[in-house]
Amino acid sequence: MTTLAGYLLLSAMLFAVGLAGALTRRNAVLILIGIELMLNAANLNFIAFWRFSEHPEALTGIMFVIFSIGVAAAEAAVGLALIIAIYRHYKTTNVDEMNSLKG
Amino acid sequence: MTLPFVIIAVLTIVAAVAAMSLRNLVHCALAVVVALAGLAMLYLQLNAQFVGFAQILVYVGAVAILVVFAILLTRGGEAPEKSVFSASWLTGLAVAVAVFGVLAWTIVKSAASQREPTQEAGATVKQIGDALMTRFVLPLEVIGLLLTAALIGAVIIAMKEEKK
Repeated sequence: MTTLAGYLLLSAMLFAVGLAGALTRRNAVLILIGIELMLNAANLNFIAFWRFSEHPEALTGIMFVIFSIGVAAAEAAVGLALIIAIYRHYKTTNVDEMNSLKG
Repeated sequence: MTLPFVIIAVLTIVAAVAAMSLRNLVHCALAVVVALAGLAMLYLQLNAQFVGFAQILVYVGAVAILVVFAILLTRGGEAPEKSVFSASWLTGLAVAVAVFGVLAWTIVKSAASQREPTQEAGATVKQIGDALMTRFVLPLEVIGLLLTAALIGAVIIAMKEEKK
């Protein structure tokens, strides 16, 4: 059976990949995807800790992930709407060129 | 380490790396779908069936479609001629590697990480429904309000501005 460390290391790796993407990519949509990956890595941690906990019947990990998925869905919807609004204004999704708040 | 875990883990990591490094944005979106489906498989493997199927429904179903819509609406479909990475990509990569190093070091050092899974840990839909309607009913209502607000907010933000 896989130990807790396997899941935690996988989750840390996913988080690092998402962070690298969010920090290095130019396109705003890809930055949002990187943030989604980081959120998912945290969800995997919650589920792994729930599965390996002493009292899994309390369902805390499961509940946290269900609510986290809901918040992430809301975040994705608003984030992509913002990117579309910015694209309409600047005609670009390159974050290096979005350098002023007041267009 | 069991063989199914290794296969799913490798698939997820490779798909995530591909999503973050491919040039064509549509390919990135498809790669991220594979990574999210891999995570759903991991949830199923960890006996969290409800979360696994919620992950497929919300991420693979809804968020991926939203991302593809956003990419196509912003004309990200064609591969860019310039570099896809920002000017400070080396710093970003160094930060990510440092974060992974610290996390991995902590996990390997921790005593709790060698734990074996609890026997018969599982959550039926009935248990989850009971908990959502009793102990977690306030968070459930709050998340409903949040989703409604996000829906209206997203429509208002993305709506075309009226010409005055």
